[in-house]
Amino acid sequence: MQQLATPDELLAQLATKLETLLSDKAIDNPLMVGIHTGGVWVATKLHQQLNSSTTIFSEPLASLDISFYRDDFSRIGMNPKVKPSQLPPDVDDRHIILVDDVLHTGRTIRAAMNELFDYGRPASITLVCLMERSGRELPLQADIVGEHIELNEGEHIKLTGPEPLAFELQQQTHNKVSNG
Amino acid sequence: MVNKATKPTDALIGHDAWNIQLDKNGNLKHFLTTEGLGSEVLTRILDTAESFANVNEKSIKKVPLLRGKTIVNLFFEASTRTRTTFELAAKRLSADVLNINISTSATSKGETLLDTLQNIQAMYCDMFVVRHSDSGAAHYIANNVAPNISVINAGDGSHAHPTQAMLDMFTIRRNKGEDFGNLRVAIVGDILHSRVARSQIHALNTLNTGDVRVIAPKTLLPVGIESMGVNVFHDLEAGIKDADVVIMLRLQKERMQGALLPSEQEYYQLYGLTEERLLAAKSDAIVMHPGPINRGVEIDSNVADGTRSVILDQVSYGIAVRMAVMTMTLGREPEADADISKGRTEGDRK
Repeated sequence: MQQLATPDELLAQLATKLETLLSDKAIDNPLMVGIHTGGVWVATKLHQQLNSSTTIFSEPLASLDISFYRDDFSRIGMNPKVKPSQLPPDVDDRHIILVDDVLHTGRTIRAAMNELFDYGRPASITLVCLMERSGRELPLQADIVGEHIELNEGEHIKLTGPEPLAFELQQQTHNKVSNG
Repeated sequence: MVNKATKPTDALIGHDAWNIQLDKNGNLKHFLTTEGLGSEVLTRILDTAESFANVNEKSIKKVPLLRGKTIVNLFFEASTRTRTTFELAAKRLSADVLNINISTSATSKGETLLDTLQNIQAMYCDMFVVRHSDSGAAHYIANNVAPNISVINAGDGSHAHPTQAMLDMFTIRRNKGEDFGNLRVAIVGDILHSRVARSQIHALNTLNTGDVRVIAPKTLLPVGIESMGVNVFHDLEAGIKDADVVIMLRLQKERMQGALLPSEQEYYQLYGLTEERLLAAKSDAIVMHPGPINRGVEIDSNVADGTRSVILDQVSYGIAVRMAVMTMTLGREPEADADISKGRTEGDRK
């Protein structure tokens, strides 16, 4: 097993990479959107760090709860307490920075993009993930990742938080229900 | 199960009436009555509805949860509010909706109810939303549909109207908080004919409401109403004294047979809710009504349109509550469903 960097170390890297990307692509007034729950923790810190010296984001952090857009709804049913997605009323022509904690199958990102498009037609979506692991099931890649990790099926990495942020590696046997 | 045989509605709807509402995992399969469901299930409905209330406030009021599902509104009795909010709820969940007005359809040509049902079932539907003037109709249908179909009772005779009761609980919770223990809730009017009142009383008691009161002339109260766990009053002002919630009911003249009331004017004199009478309730009491309201009969216009009235909020919340019930009943794990496994493994069970 490789030695993992801490979430805080990765966050500092993400902030630098994102700042470079925004200036390279000349993206003005981006909107940062965190995906519940881990993605919002990461996005909260990233939003703070990037706005500490100059104002990159003019609006507060937005958030998405993708429960209504999951593709496994008919198999696992619904979580009764869905947190309201908090987005500006209109995302037309906005440059969106979508933030999640761990990129795994890609299904969460697919659901998040479907929900975003219910709010309008963004100019672009940039995907930022603290951690990226093996096991993609959809053709989706992040624009910026903190670290890549190779995991076998049945192994899971989970972000715990919000204070402090930490990674937790889990071994799961096959007959247990996966929520990854 | 215990003491079911003693319930007065048993003769109408059978012993297993409220057991068929849950699958073997305890998830809601049909929603026929608030009676017999635990506070856990009712609270889950309210929590889920809270999530959907946010969907209804978005500019694009649609989520893809029930895409590909077909929901049939089967209305044997007239309804505007209930049918349209069920239809909107289904559409906001991306389901396809079929509205069948039975009074103008095949049953009037002599087809039996079961034949009508089987024909609609043959069109691959997933849910029936049923309103009928006979008590027990929704249970009868739930007992006779294919195992993959969920049934929601949208009002049967004077028996139950569970989604209305739950949207009323939702309205109370939004205004008065999650703890019903310190609340005094007064239900005023034609309790005798009201399926809404029965469903409300069961739900309020399951949610441990401190004091549930019914207020009506003796002729508009069912015999033995006290056994449902309510305090009975015949005087309006005494009944609503210090109430947190006042629920007014419509006089159901179309269901009245015989001389239950001298006149509407006299009823208004004694039981009509006016601003002056409302002073007896708490200063922050809310006034509710399931609609349709009869101005000047059970409620004065100044109260119905006043600042304490949450009557139109009830209508809005009705969509979120119906969305919650639809997703809970259609969004269960298929492999956990007792009825689907019935055909395959009946011999294996126990």
